[in-house]
Amino acid sequence: MPEHSEHIVSPKIYLTIFIALIIGTSLTTWAAFQNFGPFNIVIALAIATAKATLVVLFFMHARYSERRTRLVIICAIFWLAIMLALTLSDYQTRQPRMSRLVAPVAFYRA
Amino acid sequence: MHRTGELYGQFQTLEQQKESATFGMWIFLVTEVLFFGGMFLTYTINRHEYFTAFGVGSNTLDITLGTANTIVLIMSSFTMAMAVWSAQTAKKKLVPLFLILTLALGCVFLGIKFVEYKQKFDHHLIPGRGFDVSYCISNPASCGLQGKALEEERAEVEKAFTSDPDTNSHAQLYFSLYFAMTGLHALHMIVGAGLIIWLIKVSLRGRFTPQYNTPVEIVGLYWHFVDIVWIYLFPLLYLIDRHR
Repeated sequence: MPEHSEHIVSPKIYLTIFIALIIGTSLTTWAAFQNFGPFNIVIALAIATAKATLVVLFFMHARYSERRTRLVIICAIFWLAIMLALTLSDYQTRQPRMSRLVAPVAFYRA
Repeated sequence: MHRTGELYGQFQTLEQQKESATFGMWIFLVTEVLFFGGMFLTYTINRHEYFTAFGVGSNTLDITLGTANTIVLIMSSFTMAMAVWSAQTAKKKLVPLFLILTLALGCVFLGIKFVEYKQKFDHHLIPGRGFDVSYCISNPASCGLQGKALEEERAEVEKAFTSDPDTNSHAQLYFSLYFAMTGLHALHMIVGAGLIIWLIKVSLRGRFTPQYNTPVEIVGLYWHFVDIVWIYLFPLLYLIDRHR
């Protein structure tokens, strides 16, 4: 591990990221009111992921951190992906579908 | 514990100490990602199954308050980042200033959240015996609904009931997830606010310097993580099916 000298991120970069995040927020709110059919959720998640990436890279200094920290971040995303992908594929391929296993209305009103 | 200045005995240099602390914080954040990930997973499965009911629930949320809160939280992340920068560049007076700003914005967020929760209580949208997704349609006056907004709301709820007769219990699922997820997020905010209060106390004594600012840095990491959770919560909870 080479001697790590601390990288100081300038306020200018922080301000740019802040403005980008505000623009992202306006964009996602605007997009929610447009009808993109099945792509509404895709667009919303894409914008959210772009915003989260900016926060991780600049506010959390991941862009300037050593490889070990980057490995931890990649691990987090990887394990989250395993959890989401395997569970969702299970639910998608199950018969009968979950909605048919829901208790009758009378159960909730009891 | 043995320590020399800010350097604890088990470390050789301040740099090594800082790297270890930051690394530890990141590991903790991984566990947090998976912790919140479980809730997002539950949300995804249920939203997929009960899309109409989730849309009805989402449309009852106040989008103005939600957007305002998103902006407040992003601002607090920015001031937190500036607090880290002030400590790194030896601007001792600015550190507590930016931390106080961060704390204030965090409190504004929680205040707005409180207003939103109160509204849900008033509108009978708390999961449990009193839950009634049609409450606002049957009592428009107590929800401040009238004219076109009322007609749209009525049409939407009635349409939901025709496609899914069990909309009331499925909307309850939405609100259970809404309160669990935003509640857990708010709890993280409260913990973060406590940590920032501690940082303010320490920074007022001028303890944070370019050589030693690890606490500001790692509380900052935590605060930004909580911001990221909200960046996902906002579109998923507030913006479902808005274009109807």
